[in-house]
Amino acid sequence: MDLSFGPEYEHFRGEVRQFIDDHRHLAPTLSDLRHKSLLDWQRLLIDKGYTARSVPKEYGGAGQTPDILKSHIIGEEFSRARLSTGLGGQGISMLVPTLLALGSQAQKQRFIAPTISGEMIWCQGYSEPGAGSDLANLSTSAILDGDEWVVNGQKIWTSTAHMADWIFCLVRTEPDAPKHKGISFLLFDMKTPGIEVRPLVDMTMNHNFNEVFFTDVRVPKDQIVGERGDGWKVANTILMNERDTLADPNQAQSRLNGLIELMKNETVDGVRIIDKPEFRDRLMRLQGRVLANRFNDLRNLSNRLSGTMDGLLAQMIVKLQGTELRHELEAMAIDVLGETGLAYNDGAQPRDLGGWQFQYMFFLGLIIGGGTSQIQKNIISERGLGMPREPRPQAA
Amino acid sequence: MEFGLSEEQRLLQDSLTGYLGEHATLDHVRRFADGKDGRARELAQGLAELGVTALTIDETYGGVGLGALDACVVAEALGYHVAPVPFVASSVVVPRALQIAGSNAQQREWLPKIATGEVVIGAALSESAGARGDAGVRASGGKLSGTSRFVLDYEADAYLVGDVSGGLHLVAVDAHGIKQKRFETVDRTRPIGELVFDDTPAEALPKADKTVHATLLDHARVVLAADTVGAAQAMLDKAVAYAKERQQFGRVIASFQAVKHMCAEMAAELEPTRAFAWYAAHALDEIPDEAKRTACHLKAHASEVGQFVARTATEVHGGMGFTDLLGLHYWFKRIGFNRQLLGSPERLREEAASCL
Repeated sequence: MDLSFGPEYEHFRGEVRQFIDDHRHLAPTLSDLRHKSLLDWQRLLIDKGYTARSVPKEYGGAGQTPDILKSHIIGEEFSRARLSTGLGGQGISMLVPTLLALGSQAQKQRFIAPTISGEMIWCQGYSEPGAGSDLANLSTSAILDGDEWVVNGQKIWTSTAHMADWIFCLVRTEPDAPKHKGISFLLFDMKTPGIEVRPLVDMTMNHNFNEVFFTDVRVPKDQIVGERGDGWKVANTILMNERDTLADPNQAQSRLNGLIELMKNETVDGVRIIDKPEFRDRLMRLQGRVLANRFNDLRNLSNRLSGTMDGLLAQMIVKLQGTELRHELEAMAIDVLGETGLAYNDGAQPRDLGGWQFQYMFFLGLIIGGGTSQIQKNIISERGLGMPREPRPQAA
Repeated sequence: MEFGLSEEQRLLQDSLTGYLGEHATLDHVRRFADGKDGRARELAQGLAELGVTALTIDETYGGVGLGALDACVVAEALGYHVAPVPFVASSVVVPRALQIAGSNAQQREWLPKIATGEVVIGAALSESAGARGDAGVRASGGKLSGTSRFVLDYEADAYLVGDVSGGLHLVAVDAHGIKQKRFETVDRTRPIGELVFDDTPAEALPKADKTVHATLLDHARVVLAADTVGAAQAMLDKAVAYAKERQQFGRVIASFQAVKHMCAEMAAELEPTRAFAWYAAHALDEIPDEAKRTACHLKAHASEVGQFVARTATEVHGGMGFTDLLGLHYWFKRIGFNRQLLGSPERLREEAASCL
């Protein structure tokens, strides 16, 4: 057991802190993805190698050698300073690594640089009304007509589709092949005729998701990543990454710290909530779980460093445990606040700045999205514990 | 940066697992539990030869000179096999007490004998973690009076006894005025009991105080939690193996999602708890500021997870899990036993809250 990162990395940590001190006044405060301050901040972070770190220079990245510890330190320090480590979004977190692994030379040159700079915003066309947990059951079709694919069908849960310039989309190109082998991975412009985007407001009353309808959308033949019918494989090269980013244990720690502050400040009948035994016990249960997840995360970091497969289970449980814990943590803060905790979107109430109600609902969304908790349990039991799949029902 | 066990710790784990797999079989555990194996001397001696009793003792006194994480590795292996041998008091708490609070003469006299396994010393410290009823030992003029309950590694050759003012004392089993009463508990793999003193002569550890008591509790709690992690892992492994064999409705029950999800939930709770145990053990030696808080949290958390796994793994076995035939209950009871010793979860969480 050696939890020190060593002098070289501590030096690097010092550099990151210095950068944050010197530049935090430039950090964008708006969430408008098109705002210049956001794009300037992104450019600055790429130049420093704090984001798009291992994307080669020829594609507009920082061109640094991948270094798990440095990436970890960057994440820690920016999170400590409550700053974003640059733009996220599915284009950057999912499409760019996919293109780097499997894209053609032309695709890499055309798409990666504008994507990581934030100029080209993407959405992800995977889920459909009939293909949620059973994603491979998707039925949006693409039929080759001369030099173009003709796409018809519907996607759902499409985050940021209303802002996106382009979509990376799973479509069925080989209707007669087994379901996992008939899918292809297409890229196309959201301004192509035949695309309709309808908002899908969620229970937090925010508009992030959309339904997207395709009617005879014509896509140039070469805008496919990988071979025809290999789309499932292409999509799965990065699916695992998505799940884990949904449940960052450092964020859980920072929310817990916020909850403790809240309990020290809130009083009922003149008694601080933190001094009430029933609330203290509940807080301590959560703190124990937050610690367990943090140490599990350190173990996973260490396993990634050494490339060992030893901790496969420890990795598989991250999404399940992390999202459930956050949901409970946010729920407790609402109970601490009591009636005050019912406030929503009320900026005048300083105690509500934590957005506890929003996060409480948002994390229920994450328990369901990105592979439901039940699907996670299937994965853990099948791939982690070697238990057999549920037999498929006999065809009628 | 390396979070996890070293190569040497893995080797220790492997050699213990191999030895215990062969010698601490369920048959053996049953014989011990039924009182037919006395103090399981043979098993204890075998483990002593592997270095278990000498583990945390300084090399100067014939020990191996290893730390709390190594003790955690041993405890996990012992818990996995519900091994009926002394460990938490005789190989962890007592050597630690002698090394931080004992005189040179006491260290010279006792540590080499503990290291070889020749002497087993139990620990009467439960009152430091909450005295039940009228329990409590007072020291005066080199003599002890009063009662200590739930003494760990009972039926030992001598005892380390904590008094209410923070003192620590070594007492021989045949000292004047000592009365022993074994406490028949649900877990029959490790004896505990009561010691009553009446003007009993004792030898004080000169550097003992309440801080030392607290440190000893931290160490004992981490080891008990690691024992629970090991026992719970064994129950999960058994549940998965049973589910893969047991057939109902024409297929193995491991193919039913209801059963798979129970197993997945156990694994999802247990994996982070193992990382937690490693961290808390590491903190005991290397991060003193965090030691108490992580030890309290670990034991509370491991106890809750252990209880969940013990119940769920039993359920996966169906009716067979409830019988004595499979012996699964030895693990169930071991986990329940660890949960209450030196602080149940509520008390531990309250202690952790005092670090807020």
